[in-house]
Amino acid sequence: MKIKSLILYCLISSIFLFSLISIWKVLSTLQGIELKNFNFAIILTLGIAISLINLIIGDKFHKAIKSIIFAILFTFVDGYLVQLMPIWYNIGIFGILIFYSFKIDKYNRKNLDLDHSSQTVLFEFLTLFGIVLFSFVILFPFYMMIVTSFKTQAALLINPLDFGINFAQDIKELFKSYFVIFDTYKFGRYILISTFVSVGTVIVTLIFAIPAAYAVARLNFFGKNFLSTSILIIYMFPAIVLVIPLYTVFSQLGLRNNVGGLLIVYTATTLPVAIYMLQGYFKSIPKELEEAAIMDKLNWFGIIIKIILPLSIPAISSVALYVFMIAWNEFLFSLMFLDNPNSFTLSRAIQYLSGDAETPRQYLMAGSVVVTIPVLFIFVYFEKYLVSGLTAGSVKG
Amino acid sequence: MSDTLSKIEKRTAYILLLPAVILVFSIILFPIFANVWISFKEVGLKDIRIPEPRAKKIVKSIKDSSDEIKIIYKLRNSSLILDIRDVKFQDKTPKNVEPLNLDERCQFKSNIINCNFGNWKAKYKENFQIILKNKKGEKINKKEIKSIKPKLSGKSDNILLNTNFTLKNFKKVFFQNEFFDLLMTTFYYTFFGTIGSIVFGILAAQLVNQKFFGRTFMRSILLFPYVGPVVALAYTWELLLDPYSGTLNNLLLNFQVIQEPLNLLGQKYLTINFFGFDLKLRLALTTVIIFEIWRYFPLAFLFILARLQAVPKELYEAADVDGAGPLQKFISITLPQITAVISILFMIRFIWNFNKFEDIFLLTGGASGTRTLPINVYEQGFTISDIGMGSAVSIVIVLLLLIFMFIYFRLLGRRADEN
Repeated sequence: MKIKSLILYCLISSIFLFSLISIWKVLSTLQGIELKNFNFAIILTLGIAISLINLIIGDKFHKAIKSIIFAILFTFVDGYLVQLMPIWYNIGIFGILIFYSFKIDKYNRKNLDLDHSSQTVLFEFLTLFGIVLFSFVILFPFYMMIVTSFKTQAALLINPLDFGINFAQDIKELFKSYFVIFDTYKFGRYILISTFVSVGTVIVTLIFAIPAAYAVARLNFFGKNFLSTSILIIYMFPAIVLVIPLYTVFSQLGLRNNVGGLLIVYTATTLPVAIYMLQGYFKSIPKELEEAAIMDKLNWFGIIIKIILPLSIPAISSVALYVFMIAWNEFLFSLMFLDNPNSFTLSRAIQYLSGDAETPRQYLMAGSVVVTIPVLFIFVYFEKYLVSGLTAGSVKG
Repeated sequence: MSDTLSKIEKRTAYILLLPAVILVFSIILFPIFANVWISFKEVGLKDIRIPEPRAKKIVKSIKDSSDEIKIIYKLRNSSLILDIRDVKFQDKTPKNVEPLNLDERCQFKSNIINCNFGNWKAKYKENFQIILKNKKGEKINKKEIKSIKPKLSGKSDNILLNTNFTLKNFKKVFFQNEFFDLLMTTFYYTFFGTIGSIVFGILAAQLVNQKFFGRTFMRSILLFPYVGPVVALAYTWELLLDPYSGTLNNLLLNFQVIQEPLNLLGQKYLTINFFGFDLKLRLALTTVIIFEIWRYFPLAFLFILARLQAVPKELYEAADVDGAGPLQKFISITLPQITAVISILFMIRFIWNFNKFEDIFLLTGGASGTRTLPINVYEQGFTISDIGMGSAVSIVIVLLLLIFMFIYFRLLGRRADEN
C-alpha cells in the first residue's frame, strides 16, 4: 500500500464527510436549531478513523452491516457533541454516514496500491464534492427566495436564520404575501402585461424572422454574405448603448409608457438571433422538396407555409422559447420605457417594489417567485428544445 | 430565361428581408449612429420634451345677459427653455354665435375662430379673452362651448435637430469623470467574471460528463441561474448578503467564522492582513463578480459539455491502455479538445460582460466602487440627467466593443483557416 495514497484517501474522504455534515448543519440551523460549531477537528478525526477502520476491516463484513455500524457510532458521538437535537437532525446525520460508508467501501488495501491510485481517489472525491457543492450553491438562493415569501416580517426580524415554515397555520396566513401582492400591488395585471409582451414578441419576431431566414438560407442576392456577418455583429451590440437614443426618440413620439413600444424594441433586439438560428436550420432541409414545389408552381409564400414551416417545427419552437425567455426576463428597456405603474411588466414591478425601502422583504420575494416560476417551469418542461436554443443563440446574455 | 429567374429570386429575397431589415435598422443601427450625433450636443433630460403651445379654456357667463358669454383661454408655452414660432389657434363655436370686439390677431369665419399668435418666447403666458353673442338673442349653451377643445400648433426648434455641436461631453468623459478608474473597474469586472465563469464551467462540465445517479437532473439545475430572471435573482442575493438581516452574515456570525457582519455589497475595500501585509480587496466589486460568475458559468458549462460529449471515447480508452492517470488524461486529452471552445467562449463572454448593466445596477446601483462603463451611461443620462454625456460614454463603449469584435473575428477567421 502506498503511503501517499493512504494519506490522501484518509484526508480527502474525511474532508468530504466534514463538508457533507457541515452543509447538513447549515440547513438545520436554518430550521431554527441552535448550532454554534462545526466541530471541525473532531469530525475530521472521526472521518479519518472511519476511513482507516474501513481499510482494516476490508471485506470481512457485508458492506451494509459495516455502514450501519459506522453510522450508529458516528451519530452517537455527534449526538453527544451537539446535545439535545430533534430526532430528524440525527436521522439526517445517520443518512449521511450511510451514504459516506457506501462511497468509501470500494477502497481497500489492494486498489490503493494500483498506479495513479492517489489521483483516482482525488478525482472521485472531487466529483462527489463538486456535485454536492454545486447543487447547494445553486439551489440555496432559490430555496431562500421561496421560503422567505412564506414568512412574516416579525418572524424574520426575531430570528433571521429560522427558515422553518409553519404549515399548521391557516392557508390564508401562509400565502399572505401572495395575496398582498395580487391585491394591493396589482401583480395579476403585471402578469398579464408580461405575458402579452413576451408572447407578442415571440409572434412578431417569428413573422419577421422566418421569411428573412428563408431568404438568407436559400436565395441568392447581392450582399448576402455581408448580411449574414452583419447579423452576428449587430447581435453583439448591447442594449445599454441603444438606451439613450431610443429613450429620446420614444419620448418625442409618445411611445414611452406604451407596451407596444416595448414590443417593437424586444422584437428588434431578438430578431438577429432568431434569423441566425432559423437560417442554420433551414439550410439543413433538403432542397429537392422545394424544387418539387416550384414545379407545382408554388410561390415563395406557399413554399414557406407548406414546406419549410411543417419541417422546422423543432427549430421554430426552440427559437420561440428562447425569445419568450429573453422577453420575459428583460429588465433594462422596461426600466427605461415604463414609469407608469399601470403599464409595468413583472420585472419592472418588482424593481419598483424594491425602490420603496418600506416594502417588506417577503413581498419582494413573493414577487420574485411569481416571476421566476414560469420561466423555470418552461425551462424544465421544454429543456430539450431550450438547450439547443441556448447553445445556438447564447452568444448573448 | 435564367437571367429573369435570378432577377425574380433577387427581388423575392429583398421583399422577404425588407421588414426585418427595416426594423433592425431603426431600432438598433439608427440609435448607434444617433449616439454619435447626441454625444456632440449639450442636451439634458428635460430638453428632449418638444415645446407645445397649450390653451386651457374657461367659460364664464356674464351677468344680466344670457345671450352673451365670456371665454378665457389661458395660453402658455409648455417649455421653459425653447421658443415656439408661428403659433396658430383654432376653435369652433356653436351656430348663430358671433364674437364681439374680436382681437385683431384673429378672424371669425363660418363658426370658426382662427388666430395667428406669432412667436411665443419660452415660459410665455397670456390670458386671451373672447366674448360671444348669440345673434338671435337666445341663451348660449355653456356646456356645448366647454366640450369643444381648441387646437393649437406651432413650430419649434428641436434641440436634437439643430446644428450646435460641442466637444464638451468628450472632454468631461476623459478628463473629469475618473475615466481611468472607471475603465479599470470595468476591466476587473469583465476579466475576472469571464475567467471565473469559464473555470467553473469547465469544472461543472467535467462533473456532469461522468456517470452518476441524477445526472440529467443535475444538468437542469446547473442552468437555473442562467435562465432565471435577473431581477428576482439579484434581489434574492441582496437579501442573502444583507449585513444585518441577511442569511449569509448571520450564518457566519453564528458559526463564529467572522466577528463583525460584512457589508458585502456596500463596502468598497476590505483590508485583509496577510502574513503581516495589509491587502486591500475591492469587496463590493468582488461580490458582484461572484454573482456574475454564479449567473453565467452555466453558459460556459453548456458549451464545454457539448464539446466534451463529442470527444471520441477511443482516445480515453487508448490512454487507459497506455496507463495514464486521470490528471494526465484531463491535461493531455480533455484540455486540448476544449481549448477552441474556451477561446470562443472567452471572447463572447468578455464582450458581454463588458456590457453588463442589469446585474450591477440591481445589486449595488454602481455604488461602493462597482461603477462600470455601462452603469455610467445610465448614471450620466438619467441620474445626472445629462443625455449628451450618457451618449458620449456609449460611444466610448461602442468603440471599445468594435476593437474587441475585430480581434474576435480575426481569431474566428484564423480558426476557420486552420480547419
